[in-house]
Amino acid sequence: MSEKMLDNGDVLEITTPLTDETVENLKAGQRVLISGTIYGGRDSAHKRMIAALDAKEPLPVDLKGQVIYYVGPAPAPPGRPIGSAGPTTSGRMDAYTPRLLEIGLKGMLGKGSRSKEVKDAIRRYKAVYLALVGGAAALISQSILESEVVAYEELGPEALRRMKVKNLPAVVINDVHGGDLYEQGRAKYAKGGDRG
Amino acid sequence: MREIEFEKIVQSVRDLCISANTRLGEDVLRAISDAKRKEVSPAGLDVLEQIERNAKISSDTGLPLCQDTGFAVFFIDLGEDVSIAGGSLEDAVNRGVRSGYEGGYLRKSICDPFTRENTGDNTPAILHVNLVKGDKLKIVIAPKGGGSENMSRLAMLKPSEGREGVKRFVIETASLAGPNPCPPIILGVGVGGTFEKAALIAKRALLRPVGRPNKDLELAKLEKEILGEVNNLGIGPQGFGGITTALAVHIETHPCHIASLPVAVNIQCHSARHKEVEL
Repeated sequence: MSEKMLDNGDVLEITTPLTDETVENLKAGQRVLISGTIYGGRDSAHKRMIAALDAKEPLPVDLKGQVIYYVGPAPAPPGRPIGSAGPTTSGRMDAYTPRLLEIGLKGMLGKGSRSKEVKDAIRRYKAVYLALVGGAAALISQSILESEVVAYEELGPEALRRMKVKNLPAVVINDVHGGDLYEQGRAKYAKGGDRG
Repeated sequence: MREIEFEKIVQSVRDLCISANTRLGEDVLRAISDAKRKEVSPAGLDVLEQIERNAKISSDTGLPLCQDTGFAVFFIDLGEDVSIAGGSLEDAVNRGVRSGYEGGYLRKSICDPFTRENTGDNTPAILHVNLVKGDKLKIVIAPKGGGSENMSRLAMLKPSEGREGVKRFVIETASLAGPNPCPPIILGVGVGGTFEKAALIAKRALLRPVGRPNKDLELAKLEKEILGEVNNLGIGPQGFGGITTALAVHIETHPCHIASLPVAVNIQCHSARHKEVEL
């Protein structure tokens, strides 16, 4: 970690599950190292969880205070807990996310922009969205100590998994205060008017 | 006629799948290193460093560079004087993909578009085959991740929109993509041809070594202009803000219909993987 290069204070070490207090302390641009238990799931696992909620069935895991990492890892080679495991594009989970925040999900890890509905829900339910470096999947896998499938095994790379992580490097994108690093970072470095 | 054994193609494709997904090309590494010297955003610099460290870990451990080991896309030049002994080219490529993705612990990412059921072995591969003179078989693999592919776009512009219209569409595409395609990106741009030809040459443009300009001086100038403007957007590495949004813009052209000006932009993430072999 090159702590000297920080834009916004020091690297903050946080542990899961997340409390309101931890989440309120996290501001867009803050770099963090996450340790503890997190859950991994992407498109199909989200679809199934929402279907369970619609049918008033219990979720396979209790998401209160928890963090979901949008990941579909590569298979684990012999002797490793997991294969390469970088973030997938979070926007595809936008349709499902507010429901999960409503039942107590506190953190999301992924990459890429979120919808207005998700950003509003982040503020309403006191949660946080962080990004990992997309495409740095071999590096990220070094911070994952354990991984087990906890539901929807038949989905293969899209199964829901529980992972133990140590010092997983992430950056706060959307915070409870309405901060958005994607907007702030772009505005800070844009030159000569944005033609897009 | 020169015979090439079916099994030899299977083995070569297997090896290509694994090496493409675990060894980042020297051209990409050089582009990242050049970007590090210019980037002014601390968060952006940190991303570029993580990309370098990731490439090292990947080549040291054999873990894939990205968990998204992509759609297995192939560009194949098949010599007219080649015959394949023991099966078809398509079967050989798919057998190689199946074996490479299983044996290399690469993710299987291909599914039915409606049921979303995974095919389980990363097949079918996508083959673009050109018949060429000679008795050689050249196979290029370019595994393509979903995140950057999803942000790619195509437009059928009016001929009156011309050079400026093409430029505007490419910049707009990078702008709309924002942080999603894992910047720094490479923009493959196909101008002309038909609807499908524009998309195909845009993808083929991504095979050029990163940052090597088009041989046509006017096109090279346009590539440079667009690159400058895309990097002025401020998106930066991973969208955290910075001046390295794109590493390169590669434009390829093809004659088009008098009524048309197709332009396709295929976005490639920084994990710009391709490897080739000649049999």
